[in-house]
Amino acid sequence: MAETRPSSPPRKPSRRIGDPGAMKDFFANLRSAPQAFQDSLLRHGKPTSDRAKSQAIFTNFFLHLLPVRTHLHSIKAATTLGLGVATLVLFLLLCITGILLMIYYKPSIDQAYDSMLDIANVVPTGRLIRNVHRWAAHGMVVCVILHMARAFYTAAYKRPRQFNWVVGMVLFVLTLGLSFTGYLLPWDQLAFWAVTIGANIAQSPREVTDALGITSYFDLGGLQKELLLGAHEVGQEALIRFYVLHVMVLPILAAVFLGIHFWRIRKDGGLARPSSADALPPLLPAPSSPAPLKTWGLMGVMKGRTAAVNLELANTITTWPNVMYVIGAATMVTTLLMIVLGTIYDAPLKESANPAVPENPAKAPWYFLGLQELVSYSAFMGGVGIPTIVILGLALVPYLDREKEDIGIWFSGRKGRLVALASAVLAAVVVTGLLWFTVTYGWLRNWPATSQLPQIVITLVNPGTALVLCFALWSIAVVKTTNSTRMGAIALFTCFLIGFVILTYFATVHRGPNWQFYWSMSDWPEH
Amino acid sequence: MDESDELFASERFQPPRTRRDFLGLAAAWSAICSFVMALIGSMRLPMPSVFPESNSKVKLGLPKRFDVGSSTFFPQHHLWLFRSELGFYALSSVCTHLGCIAERTADGKFSCPCHGSKFDERGRVQGGPAPRGLVWIELGISPEGQLVADKLKEVPAETIFKV
Repeated sequence: MAETRPSSPPRKPSRRIGDPGAMKDFFANLRSAPQAFQDSLLRHGKPTSDRAKSQAIFTNFFLHLLPVRTHLHSIKAATTLGLGVATLVLFLLLCITGILLMIYYKPSIDQAYDSMLDIANVVPTGRLIRNVHRWAAHGMVVCVILHMARAFYTAAYKRPRQFNWVVGMVLFVLTLGLSFTGYLLPWDQLAFWAVTIGANIAQSPREVTDALGITSYFDLGGLQKELLLGAHEVGQEALIRFYVLHVMVLPILAAVFLGIHFWRIRKDGGLARPSSADALPPLLPAPSSPAPLKTWGLMGVMKGRTAAVNLELANTITTWPNVMYVIGAATMVTTLLMIVLGTIYDAPLKESANPAVPENPAKAPWYFLGLQELVSYSAFMGGVGIPTIVILGLALVPYLDREKEDIGIWFSGRKGRLVALASAVLAAVVVTGLLWFTVTYGWLRNWPATSQLPQIVITLVNPGTALVLCFALWSIAVVKTTNSTRMGAIALFTCFLIGFVILTYFATVHRGPNWQFYWSMSDWPEH
Repeated sequence: MDESDELFASERFQPPRTRRDFLGLAAAWSAICSFVMALIGSMRLPMPSVFPESNSKVKLGLPKRFDVGSSTFFPQHHLWLFRSELGFYALSSVCTHLGCIAERTADGKFSCPCHGSKFDERGRVQGGPAPRGLVWIELGISPEGQLVADKLKEVPAETIFKV
């Protein structure tokens, strides 16, 4: 029988009962079933032609968010450093290991700690899975911060990507929320006291409402703490709430915002790139002169008057397989790193939570330690006021700095590098100086003349607010001197980044029992 | 007549909303408002009306157990009970900064291990970030004559309970 094209359905030979043709077909179909299934799964041939490579991307549910062709600039290592992909990989690793941990973890104050011991000592691979979960959580915070710094320094927040920067800030807050809610679940001493402190930070707006004398009418702090803990102290109610937030609410929110984040990348024209990256090789003849009367633009083919069709493809490559290699490499490196770290270093587990005796020092996870240093000056300013100012300030950056300039260039060129360097040095000097001053001489409460000042003064005037004020003034000075809001933004961002790093280091290494200064952990008193 | 013509001709003039626009907007905003209100209303659920530790009264023992000038710590209640010549008073050892348990040092003062807040013998702030002094707890007497402290009830500082 001659081959027929699919457009004209093959004429079926009429069969009589007892004719072996149908059985023959059946066995032939059975033999070729795997191939037929594969054809229905991947509705294109081997990705050898550009067309099939495009189909490999846009007929795939998981890949269709990617463009079929990618700009060469986007897959350069220096463009993103792979940080966005690494963050996504860590999020997925956290989902997988998290679900595995949920199989054995019991969110009850009587059983939580025991189930942690089981996971660490009895459950097959339990210790490794928990370690990887812990390391991936730390890694995700690191990657999110570095990813944010990358997007900021390459001016990727500028039009048309302003809104995606804001989505990124939401994801940053969600990441910290996920880390913080996960901190309570082991129900050990560290967890209990860190969350007690965290819940009281949520209550700290009382510091202000008390000072204003309006707490009995409007108790925002108390409301927040009650919502978070469902009680006056950290207990069963708090544990189940944190569990629900950690395994349901925050991951779902994060997944939704991740989806928006990726979708916006595509809709906003891919990764930010400088206009120089779009320079075309001089392949095509210059438009004929005098210009033709008929233009291609009129025919809706191209803008302009020449038949320079498909010019925008000049600096691009097919996403399949080139970008797949890059994403695959970033995924494998990230996963490997997590497994290696999880194999070598165990996630800490202290003794079971004891509400009667606080851990001394009771340290929050490292990324909150900078804030904890500020909290030791004023609970409200360090825990609520300054973080809110920083997050809002960061979210507003694209709306305050709207200078039209080339994007995708690190530090926006030489001037920006100088501003960043100067700001880093200034921030390092100011933060270190202020810490030295506070450790050596104390602050208002420690001086006889000012020891009885009202609390509102302590809240408003402390090393934390002094730092923020200093950074803000410096940025305004930079805006004035350079006559550029972008330079001011670089100055402010660098100051906060360096401040965050130094405060985190200081609180991690140099704060010991009673939150006193020690040169190293070996100097801590025995107790 | 001329004036109104000019007004309609000017660029800034916007034609009045039609009735259909108005009804459409009203419907949209009503829907949004009712949805937001429902969301806020559903947030009432996580606000507990009964607290798990709502029975905050704890018995501390018969008053005669405590000598004049004594100080007793109840670790599970985070509570210091003092008896002076004038009567009893109780201080919560929960730091008013961020809820750690302040320790009582040898000289009778309090110091918090978490962020270095310091309080004197009567709970007044001496240093550190604490926004206010330690909480004075309400004391009472139970029907069988035991001292009772209500951990969630605060009394003004220097309130002495006489038995």
